[in-house]
Amino acid sequence: MTLPSTAHDARPVEAPAAAVSLRGARLSFGERTLWSGLDLDVAPGEFIAVLGPNGSGKTSLIRVLLGLQALSAGEVRVAGREPRRGSPHIGYIPQQKALDPDLPLRGRDLVGLGLDGHRLGIGLRGRRVRRAQVDAALAAVGGTSYADAPVGRLSGGEQQRLRVAQALVGDPAVLLCDEPLLSLDLAHQAGVTALIDQRRRVADTAVVFVTHEINPILPLVDRVLYLVDGRFRIGPTDEVMTSSVLSALYGTQVDVLRVRDRLVVVGADGADAAHCHGDDL
Amino acid sequence: MNKLISFENVGELLALPFVQSALIACAVLGLVAGLLAPLIVARGMSFAVHGTAELAFTGGAAALLTGIGVQIGAVVGAVVAGLVFGVLGLRQRERDSVIGVVLAFGLGLGVLMLALYHGRASNKFGLLTGSIVSIDATNLWVLGGVAVVVVTVVAVFHRQLLFASADPEVATARGVPVRMLSLLFAVLIGLVTALAVPVVGAILVLSVMIAPGAAAARVTANPLLATALAVAFAELALVGGTVLSLAPGLPVSGYVAAIAFACYVGCRVVARYRGRSPARA
Repeated sequence: MTLPSTAHDARPVEAPAAAVSLRGARLSFGERTLWSGLDLDVAPGEFIAVLGPNGSGKTSLIRVLLGLQALSAGEVRVAGREPRRGSPHIGYIPQQKALDPDLPLRGRDLVGLGLDGHRLGIGLRGRRVRRAQVDAALAAVGGTSYADAPVGRLSGGEQQRLRVAQALVGDPAVLLCDEPLLSLDLAHQAGVTALIDQRRRVADTAVVFVTHEINPILPLVDRVLYLVDGRFRIGPTDEVMTSSVLSALYGTQVDVLRVRDRLVVVGADGADAAHCHGDDL
Repeated sequence: MNKLISFENVGELLALPFVQSALIACAVLGLVAGLLAPLIVARGMSFAVHGTAELAFTGGAAALLTGIGVQIGAVVGAVVAGLVFGVLGLRQRERDSVIGVVLAFGLGLGVLMLALYHGRASNKFGLLTGSIVSIDATNLWVLGGVAVVVVTVVAVFHRQLLFASADPEVATARGVPVRMLSLLFAVLIGLVTALAVPVVGAILVLSVMIAPGAAAARVTANPLLATALAVAFAELALVGGTVLSLAPGLPVSGYVAAIAFACYVGCRVVARYRGRSPARA
């Protein structure tokens, strides 16, 4: 996909009603272009799923929004300004990775790091306010009962709930999720998904959700951004997740079937094996 | 056995200036070692500390041979080691093999240099096992200066260090300079290790740099409490070990290591007695 760059570059980013806004965005590493000409506005409270095979630039998009990766061309705004590292407007939930069992850290400390873990100093001021915020975030994810337990000894699902609390404790306008359900069992997937959904409904937080498996979040998704090998499509789930659109994106015959309340993608080649795995059907 | 534990003439011995300066040095060392220990445990850097200590030994041996101050040689060796480990092996699996290779080389080099050294034999032995006389040789002002630097740096970067240790990925996303902190922490370890080498010797540095933190992590997951406990254990081991070693006239390091080990075993017992380890603190 080529970039009509000049037209996009000349156009200023509009009044920041959007929580996330990309204009003519291009990301290249050397010769390789992950995506270009990407225009995307995510409204407050909107839930966008970012799908695509490995190496299609899903995580790189998150890194751009986090301010960790500069665009090769185009503009990006998060909560109305250029993203920068440690922005209080952004919450981030990574994929679940086991924490060290001997880590001297309690659940409430992990959540508290989301509030001020990037700050300098020992933070003696405002401890009462901080404690109240952490307690509220813990309560919101149902984590009060293990708030004082060592994080490394909690289950994967409990750890991931704490990461949700950690991402939300700073009251962000945008929530960036990078495969947050990976390696969780179905019950915990549903639990974490419900927390994220509840948050965006109550607080109007925009959600950008990178995943290789849309089914656990299918009922929540407002729009899909599907990236394949430099090509992409943005639109409502029903418009993007079709045989014709995915066939065009992948450049090969892809069939999308709806089986009860699930989508089954068949034939998206070996490149996208993870997307069409059927083990949780 | 009565030769091992004895308090004969301890009162008079404590009045000696070199004993007093040794005790002051131990107290300062206990504070800085205890401060770093929980973070070392949290970062899984025990082996790095061991490697750093061996290279402090190499630096000390080189300094003996060339007639520079041993302390200066140890500091240079340890800080260089810390930086090398920090740069080469940020990923833990890779780090272990890097440390193993560099450690063995440094130790061999040190042994070679000691063999070429024809000065006092106690100087040689002191590097490996520490001695109370070599504490006297320690410039208390240097020790105090380094302690001020270490305490200040830890106070300023404590939350960032904790965040980067617990969850480097999210910490990076939140704008914590994880890579820089890794190098900074390696330098801190180098400085404190170099100060600990004359007291407990290169071989037993782990007993003051690791054991207090590992013991504390057994009984609490509260990072602040863990730090306070680690400082207490380190002080107990260093100051207590020095006092116990006076009357028998045996090496300080054996007593320090024994007390540190007792603290660790005690904490494990407490944790087990509580039914889970580490307990919900």
